[in-house]
Amino acid sequence: MHDNSFLARTIHRRSFFRVAGAGAAASALMLAGCAKEEDNNPTPINQQLVIGKADSVNFTVLNYAYLLEQLEAAFYDKVVTTPPADLLPGELAYLTDLRDHELIHREYLKVALGSNAYDASFVTQFAFDFSSLTLTTRQGVWTAAQRLEDIGVAAYNGVAKHITTTGYLKMLAKLASVEARHAALAHEVLQAGSWAATIGTTGLDAAKTPLEVVALIQPFVPIEISTAYLPTT
Amino acid sequence: MDIFKLISDIEKVDPEVYDRLDSRRRVFKHLTGVGTKVAAAAVPAFFASVFSKAYGQGTALPSDIAAILNFALKLEYLEALFYTKGVATAGLIPAGAGLTALTNIRDDENKHVAALRGLLGSQAIAPLTDSFFDFTGSKGGTRAPLFADVFSNYQTFLAVAQSFEDTGVRAYKGGAAGLKANDAILEAALNIHSVEARHASHLRLMRRGGPTVAGAGTGASPKSWITGTEGGGAGGAATAAIYGAGNPASNFPAEDNVTQGGIQLQTALASLNFPASAFSEAFDEPLDATTVTNIALNFVVGNSF
Repeated sequence: MHDNSFLARTIHRRSFFRVAGAGAAASALMLAGCAKEEDNNPTPINQQLVIGKADSVNFTVLNYAYLLEQLEAAFYDKVVTTPPADLLPGELAYLTDLRDHELIHREYLKVALGSNAYDASFVTQFAFDFSSLTLTTRQGVWTAAQRLEDIGVAAYNGVAKHITTTGYLKMLAKLASVEARHAALAHEVLQAGSWAATIGTTGLDAAKTPLEVVALIQPFVPIEISTAYLPTT
Repeated sequence: MDIFKLISDIEKVDPEVYDRLDSRRRVFKHLTGVGTKVAAAAVPAFFASVFSKAYGQGTALPSDIAAILNFALKLEYLEALFYTKGVATAGLIPAGAGLTALTNIRDDENKHVAALRGLLGSQAIAPLTDSFFDFTGSKGGTRAPLFADVFSNYQTFLAVAQSFEDTGVRAYKGGAAGLKANDAILEAALNIHSVEARHASHLRLMRRGGPTVAGAGTGASPKSWITGTEGGGAGGAATAAIYGAGNPASNFPAEDNVTQGGIQLQTALASLNFPASAFSEAFDEPLDATTVTNIALNFVVGNSF
């Protein structure tokens, strides 16, 4: 890695990739250890993040939930580590509770999935990209929190029907209502009376398909999320 | 209320709604009887008949699914009638944000009644009325009331409201598995389930005095999420069952449960260094219909729910 020309680095970076998985579109991104700081998060080239499993809709749905929880956990972790200066009294305690819950969700799903976790074979975990958000103000933080929590609720509401086992369905429902409790609060701290923003004219909450959700979270994921194996309805 | 928006909202939940309705024209034909401008009050009836046509299709739902939906419907009647009475009681709810929120919640519960009746069609139970319930918990004056001042003390009203919503969240979770055979119905139920959770979260915030007040996690100052069993919840002994274990406890653990899918979280995730409260808050637990029935019976005049 002594040659710092752009071309040389690109070629070097390419050589760090190993394509894993059994052909098809499956190509998990694996990064061999990089010697230099700047190479720790190389831009992937024609790589996709495959969170589904061809032969199991249940593991596909759980991995989808796992990615969502990873995203939320990373977000709150970042916010709690570096909170905006203008937080109101009590808001850091809220954010800490939310961080704790999402980290627990993430780590629980990781343990539950074990070797079936989409990232189980990753040598290096990618970093979520929050550069599109304003995390230096409470307005920005809570706006983003609302967005992520609402996505989580709608994602679980929309995908649960695809699960084939009672146990996994229960697991998802246990998470979904906690996310809804979070969402109502995240709306309310910023704008009194906004807690019911997602409830439609029919009195039902929003539900989104995995493809709709992937489009909404892609800005935060530095690798293109493959929609292969994800339910389309 | 915009009918076209209503249909498009249904479409969001169920992209195949038009197929179920045969065609858009069928929907509009449906409207000719009431005119193209349908009054908001007529919407639930319209909604119900469209839904039953779309999903009922003249064929009966399997009895187990109908039973779960009718049970949910009874709980929605309990909630809808409770809020209807509360909002209509002069001097109970202060004007402003509180009244707005409780009116919205009342409307949501009425819509849930309409949605469930629509899914059930002719299999829906006869509507429950005010006389069926006694929200003071005195069972029509046959015993000491649990919440004597429910319609005269705003804080008591909110406490009972929270109790109903938290029960609803657990009840829908308990019923979800039984709806697995019907995707459209399961999704509708889960969409109601998360609305109940939003209601519960907001009522808890109202009880503790707004977003700037940190919740203690117990009694009159709850967090927006459930910490342990909250010392029995809003009514202490009277509401303890709402946060306790169901039957069997192995399937329906108490809200302070910290073992998920056989994994003892505090042990498995010890490296997080989080308090037990966080592990319990992170998961809401389901409740079985028998336990929910016994909770509801506290607010029913008779002996069956």
